Amino acid sequence: MEIRELTCIRCPIGCHITVEMENGEVKSITGNSCPRGEEYASSEVTHPERTVTSLVRLKGGERPVVSVKTDGNVPKEKMMDVVKALKDIELDAPVRIGDVACEDIAGCGVRVVVTSNVG
Amino acid sequence: MKDVTIIGAGVTGSAVARELSKYDLEITVLEKESDVCEGTSKANSGIVHSGYDAKPGTLKARFNVEGNKLIHELSKSLDFPFRENGSLVLALEEEGRAGIEELLERGRRNGVPDLRIVERDELKEMEPNVSDSAVCALYAPTGGVVCPFNMNIAFAENAADNGVAFRFNTEVISIEKKTGEDGRIFYHLETSNGSFDTRIVVNAAGVYADRFHNMVSEEKLHITPRKGQYCLMDKTVGGLVKHTLFQLPTKLGKGILVTPTVHGNLMAGPTAEDTDNPEDTSTTAEGLDTVLSRGALSVSRLPRMTITSFAGLRAHEDGGDFVIGEIKDAPGFIDAAGIESPGLTAAPAIGVYIAGIVRDLLNPSEKKDFIRTRKGIPSMALATDEERAALIAADPAYSHVICRCELVTEGEIRNAITRTLGATTVDGVKRRTRAGMGRCQAGFCLARTIPILAELLGKSEEEIEKSGAGSYYVRGNIKDNL
Amino acid sequence: MKRDLVIIGGGPAGLAAAVSARKEGLEDILIIERDTRLGGILNQCIHNGFGLHTFKEELTGPEYAARYITQVEDEKIPYLLDTMVVDISYDESTGDKKVTAMNSRDGLFTIDARSVILAMGCRERPRGALNIPGYRPAGIYSAGTAQYYVNMEGRMPGKKVVILGSGDIGLIMARRMTYEGARVLCVAELQPYSGGLKRNIVQCLDDFGIPLLLSHTVVDIMGKRRVEGVTIAEVDENRKPIPGTEVFYECDTLLLSCGLIPENELSNKLGVRMNPVTGGAVVNESLETSIPGVYACGNVLHVHDLVDYVSGEASEAGKNAVRFLKSEDAAEDDGDVINIRTENGVRYTVPSTVRISKMPDTLTVRFRVGNEYRDKNLAVYLDGKQLMKLPKRVMAPGEMEQIILVKSKAQEIISGAENREHELVIRVEDKE
Repeated sequence: MEIRELTCIRCPIGCHITVEMENGEVKSITGNSCPRGEEYASSEVTHPERTVTSLVRLKGGERPVVSVKTDGNVPKEKMMDVVKALKDIELDAPVRIGDVACEDIAGCGVRVVVTSNVG
Repeated sequence: MKDVTIIGAGVTGSAVARELSKYDLEITVLEKESDVCEGTSKANSGIVHSGYDAKPGTLKARFNVEGNKLIHELSKSLDFPFRENGSLVLALEEEGRAGIEELLERGRRNGVPDLRIVERDELKEMEPNVSDSAVCALYAPTGGVVCPFNMNIAFAENAADNGVAFRFNTEVISIEKKTGEDGRIFYHLETSNGSFDTRIVVNAAGVYADRFHNMVSEEKLHITPRKGQYCLMDKTVGGLVKHTLFQLPTKLGKGILVTPTVHGNLMAGPTAEDTDNPEDTSTTAEGLDTVLSRGALSVSRLPRMTITSFAGLRAHEDGGDFVIGEIKDAPGFIDAAGIESPGLTAAPAIGVYIAGIVRDLLNPSEKKDFIRTRKGIPSMALATDEERAALIAADPAYSHVICRCELVTEGEIRNAITRTLGATTVDGVKRRTRAGMGRCQAGFCLARTIPILAELLGKSEEEIEKSGAGSYYVRGNIKDNL
Repeated sequence: MKRDLVIIGGGPAGLAAAVSARKEGLEDILIIERDTRLGGILNQCIHNGFGLHTFKEELTGPEYAARYITQVEDEKIPYLLDTMVVDISYDESTGDKKVTAMNSRDGLFTIDARSVILAMGCRERPRGALNIPGYRPAGIYSAGTAQYYVNMEGRMPGKKVVILGSGDIGLIMARRMTYEGARVLCVAELQPYSGGLKRNIVQCLDDFGIPLLLSHTVVDIMGKRRVEGVTIAEVDENRKPIPGTEVFYECDTLLLSCGLIPENELSNKLGVRMNPVTGGAVVNESLETSIPGVYACGNVLHVHDLVDYVSGEASEAGKNAVRFLKSEDAAEDDGDVINIRTENGVRYTVPSTVRISKMPDTLTVRFRVGNEYRDKNLAVYLDGKQLMKLPKRVMAPGEMEQIILVKSKAQEIISGAENREHELVIRVEDKE
């Protein structure tokens, strides 16, 4: 039996949720005060995901970097792989919001898109 | 062989340099830091004392009163901010009255003009926010506030304009008294940046002055760095008091002053803590507490609106007075040592006095083309709308605001960097223009000032420092370490 | 130059105010922005979490700003960039507000504005406000300065970082610095609770194993030239460091995230009445300051935690400014006025007065509490009668609260009263 302690982020209350797990399966969720907490806790312990926001280098622009994000969530444990993979990407100015910087980042099957308009 | 070598580009060294630059002499100022005004001169009360405090007959008394008069004139000819706001020494209990009367008498003997005692009612009228416990005060109308940075900078710039060489990042390591083939005494200086031979040494090295004195003399000096901590408050509370409020020393110790600064902030300080580390300009929780709690005794309510706190070191010599003059057993070696309060006020008078000694020793001729005046950096914050429009018309960079809190423009910053003895560091720009001195303390303008410095100095942004070697800001790019 | 409406600041508040004023039919609008682009601080807030209320999707800061900038461009609302307003004054006889500004193209110029919206935003509290002892070397940055360096310039302000203050920018920067290759050792917070949003604590600190030290502060900064380390100590209930709890952290950078202060230099020059609690102007239900036709919105009015609330507030200000312009000759209002008083844990409200005649059918009153409260009631009284009692699981200083006042309900209570001045009290109460 594995016990996981979480702070719910679905609303400002911030319930302390306790999840009991066995062989990777959720056995019980306690401490939440609404169904959203249960849903958060269950996805957080089985397949936690995050959107990664970072920067890539920009050539010939008014700034040397431009902001990007993963166009969807990536597995939480892949966050640092994503930013490391971004290190090798350089875009040519100008760039617009929504431009694709990478089709599949760090093997996550998720695109990386530009989030600023930079001339 | 140089004629004169001055150790230290603080306010004393710079004042001496400026006075000596009136003569045809080869003069060099050696400074261990990267700019003028980097030691005691940059971290003090910024007060121009009227001169009632020092014991009659002391050098402190003499040069204070003389210096006060000179600053009134020099602030105009050398264009640095000075305001004669007057000082009040408060007696916070009836027992203090005797002390106030003693100060009045002392001041009169020192030749301080227009001193008088004001009673509670008049005091309240002069300073509505003065503490209710104040029973009376000594009023010194010739007391004032000055920008300690720009006074120092003005002296140095004017000296440089008149031919004095300034060598920064040059730390004196040893001084040797020698006799030349002509039988005349000279001094050999080893520094971190080459060696120098010089007829005259002026020792204006602040908390290090005893070190250099003791290299050439058997009559030893001993200087204790005395730390003073300060809190600087927001301009919105700068009008809390109009005069500089001193406290009569009590059994609790020397008082904490509360004053408007010449730029309109409110300041409280200093503490007096002896230390044995001449580089220890750190503040402490106890020290800042003392400043705020004891400062609060002078006013009905001291607002807690500190925007920055800092500490400076005063050079306190064991004898308690300034040590100024040629050393008996080291002819041509002139001390300006133990320059603690009222050193800032006294500096121009010390400059005149030491220049006199040098003149008697070397008999130089007076420069015919001496440049008497110096123009400061225009200030958009203080300019009228007409002046602002004219400045922008002449140079559009004066419309581009870099420091929003203090309204300092790119034009002013460029001026500060490109002028005589221009700024080479972020702090150098700050002291010359006030960029970064406001309530956000450079949160916004730092990143905009660095590129201007880099451009004008022909350096990369990574090479731009806060205040000399090792004080770097940005290093490397994002993801370098991934 | 004459203008009906001058908006000072082209950040989220100024943009939303402009768009809303145009939607109300106002032609003559000018936005004055001091930076080189519109969008304000959002341009450097490249993290996501913006727009959930306004656009029902999660956007990054620059994306959120772009939505409004596009509307400003589409509506052809004029704006000046790189232009600094240096002064505003008020002429009581004409009602005109004289705005003095400067830029490199036009030099110094003045605009006579019939109405003005103050939308200058806020700035960060500096180190001095905390009186942190120690040396003053390079390497101490406000979190926002570090954010600018990293996100706009692509440069690293340091490699080994301690953060003081758990405001949202500090939390966000903990993650940003980690993503870009720095090591964040810890976040110290003087208070026993964080000033930031829960999800930022989880996603910016917990995700990366960065400890959050509550009731801790920096008691010493080492390094004469560049930061070499900081000493952190635990504090007691009076926020005083507890001797013996000091721990030294070797680092080259200290980031400060100790709160934001509305930037009201110009408001003070103009002479509007200020609220010492918020640091912003005192406003009525229309977000109008003490000077007729001058409105304030966004972080210059009071510091918000969500940009969506800024946009909402600014839209109201824009709408109200147009209403003012259309009925400028309307007689002085002498109807019922509700003064809002806060007590028992509620620090302030925006607005602080409500003129019933100008009140919309429902009015949002925003406020913050001064402490962390759990399982309390939020009680609202009008002229002594209870108007509402809302059970609250959690209220914290870091999260803005709001109540909705219903005009008809308020009218019902005050209709019988002889007095024209009424008092609304908002307070935190224990549950029975």
